[in-house]
Amino acid sequence: MIFRPPSLAPQSLALGARLSLAVGALLLALGVPAPTGASAQARDRLVIGMHLEPPHLDPTAGAAAAIDEVTYANLFESLTRIDARGEVIPGLAESWQVSPDGLTYTFKLRANVRYHDGTGFDAADVKFALDRARGPDSVNAQKAYFAAIASVETPDPLTVIVGLSRPDGQFLFNMGSNDAAIVAPESAATNKQKPIGTGPFKFDRWVSGDRVVLARNPDFRDPTVPKLREVVFRFISDPAAQLNAMRSGDVDAFPNIGATETLPVLEADKNFVVTVGTTEGETVLALNNARKPFDDVRVRRALAFAVNRQDVIDGAMFGYGTPIGSHFAPHRAGYVDLTGMYPHDPAKARALLAEAGYPNGIDAVIKLPPPIYARRGGEIIAAQLAEVGVRLRIEPMEWAPWLEQVFKGRDFDMTIISHVEPLDIDIYNRPDYYFGYHGDRFAAVMDKLSRAIEPDARAALYGDAQRIIAEDSVNVFLFQLPKAGVHRAGLTGLWENSPVPANDVTAVSWK
Amino acid sequence: MSRFGHPGLLIGGTLTLLIAAMALLSLVWTPYPPDAIRIAARLQPPTWAHWLGTDHFGRDMLSMIMVGARNSISVGAVAVGLGMAVGVPLGLAAATLGGWTDEAVGRLTDLTFAFPAILSAILITALLGPGAVNAIVAIGILNIAVFARVTRAAALHVMARPFVRAAAALGRGPLSVTLVHVLPNVAGALVVQATISFAVAILAEAGLSYLGLGIQPPAPSWGKMLNEAQTFMAPRPTLAIFPGAAIALAVLGLNLLGDGLRDLLDPRIGKVSAKR
Repeated sequence: MIFRPPSLAPQSLALGARLSLAVGALLLALGVPAPTGASAQARDRLVIGMHLEPPHLDPTAGAAAAIDEVTYANLFESLTRIDARGEVIPGLAESWQVSPDGLTYTFKLRANVRYHDGTGFDAADVKFALDRARGPDSVNAQKAYFAAIASVETPDPLTVIVGLSRPDGQFLFNMGSNDAAIVAPESAATNKQKPIGTGPFKFDRWVSGDRVVLARNPDFRDPTVPKLREVVFRFISDPAAQLNAMRSGDVDAFPNIGATETLPVLEADKNFVVTVGTTEGETVLALNNARKPFDDVRVRRALAFAVNRQDVIDGAMFGYGTPIGSHFAPHRAGYVDLTGMYPHDPAKARALLAEAGYPNGIDAVIKLPPPIYARRGGEIIAAQLAEVGVRLRIEPMEWAPWLEQVFKGRDFDMTIISHVEPLDIDIYNRPDYYFGYHGDRFAAVMDKLSRAIEPDARAALYGDAQRIIAEDSVNVFLFQLPKAGVHRAGLTGLWENSPVPANDVTAVSWK
Repeated sequence: MSRFGHPGLLIGGTLTLLIAAMALLSLVWTPYPPDAIRIAARLQPPTWAHWLGTDHFGRDMLSMIMVGARNSISVGAVAVGLGMAVGVPLGLAAATLGGWTDEAVGRLTDLTFAFPAILSAILITALLGPGAVNAIVAIGILNIAVFARVTRAAALHVMARPFVRAAAALGRGPLSVTLVHVLPNVAGALVVQATISFAVAILAEAGLSYLGLGIQPPAPSWGKMLNEAQTFMAPRPTLAIFPGAAIALAVLGLNLLGDGLRDLLDPRIGKVSAKR
């Protein structure tokens, strides 16, 4: 407008000029996003959207799955590795042997492995990492993985012999978890902010509140891995913003999208591919068993009767999600369907509350972390519990304070969270775990399980374990979290299921 | 215009009354309980059973908008009340005492006005934590500055008039002059400002609740309804249109009412407040 000289140009010309300007602007507006949308992902760069930002980036010192979703297999490696199908494959150990009694594991390590800071990798690092994880000062979120380890020996730089005190059927799987990442003594203390691993990607930068950037590790032992030059993990918690980021091309993939109601919209667009797979995420209404009145099993059962699980799945997840009646993934061997144990029955819930001494109901606070299943599920459950006289005050919380206050501090009545570790029913055998449950019967089953090797025997024991915590109604078991994700067409190699929490992008490439 | 009344005043007054009536009615009656979740009946279009349809939890939109009106008005009223209760005495003190008191009040209001209102409100709720009470405090603090400034300007204007000087000459103390002569004469400007501040407060509350910093679930709020509607824009745009319209009409109504009142009340005082 500033350049329009009204005294020099006839009005019609000015109008014509303005029109052509407007058309040009319109063409620009229409034309520009498509090329940038395509060129922004210049075929060797990937932007992954995540709901939650990790509190830090050290997988050996935190339970937040977001840590694994950035670092697993990309940045850190473990002795073994879990692949997209949930199978154990070689990781930093290229092979291993198990003694017939199941008590001695001999790992043969890969040669020519270096940490991102240039320091070498050998058996001493493995010993350091395992001893650190099982040691008295360990802050590992899955200390139980290492509980059976009795000794770690290093006869030569490429051999590690791990002696167990009892057979552990899950040992090789657990050693493939991110919690068992082999961290180096030189960098272990600073991994939270500046993670140093051995993986095909190295840490580049972390823009707090926005993104973590990983860059290709040029010194990786296999020159064909990775295929991408750069991977950006962007943290977008708002469901509408997630949808917009996908549609605008700012984000190439949302492996776990929060607002599942957006999936039909994205599915209808041929630029996107929607996948719905499984995760190991048992989503529960967690109850503080150590706090009154939830220390009373009648109260906990009353809550189970009061919650209408299907309504929670439909309302919070738009039908995506499989109901569960205990803490076990339906696709796992040994699963028992216990969803019928507490059918939705408000009258029974009221009667149980009265019997427990709460004829006038209960007042409690439900603290909700940011995931949309929690926020929406919390509102639905609050309405359902109100029908039986349980008056909930809803307290939405950000992720870091939730981890501090609820998960670590155990200061809560109720919360909703998905437990995404595989086969993690043993958390009910940890009296210091956040929901504060302890049962002798359950402990006995877990003890037997820790020594059982036979798959059938293990499955049977897992069945017993599921029944006990369902009978004790430790938490209100809601649904198995689906891996409902979306990615741009042309992207291959992303996991369809989540056998462990991860965004393993080592095999991802653009077609 | 004057012969047939003030059309803006009429429209504004009617809109404001309608929304106030809706809020009052929600105290005793809503078509459905506003927090009654019925998943099976979710995302319904407007029907005879649900005049404005249902949201993603199957809650009745009309009931939620009615209670949302009540929540908006409550937050707005208390926030404006807080602003007046603190801001008017500050403004009067600045005008009457002058000197460093005037300076201090002036600088403080300048400081408040240096930041956009909604940003300051977000900052304050981020510091205090989300919630309706903190939203009220945040919006109220901003209104303190607004009322201090309007009151001071209007009071200075009144104090220059002969009858005030006469009262002072007759030996009335400054407090008495202020309360008996100045305050009643700035009341008109304050009423006008209150109406406009009320509209701003409703907008601010909607903004804060939209961001999750204001009224907390399950209490309905127009801003929160807008936020929740975002991912449902494609299948059910009415989820955003109705609460959006409610906010727009409430703010429009109050603004028209404020303008009308300004024209109706002492025009000279009106101009003072207009300059602010």
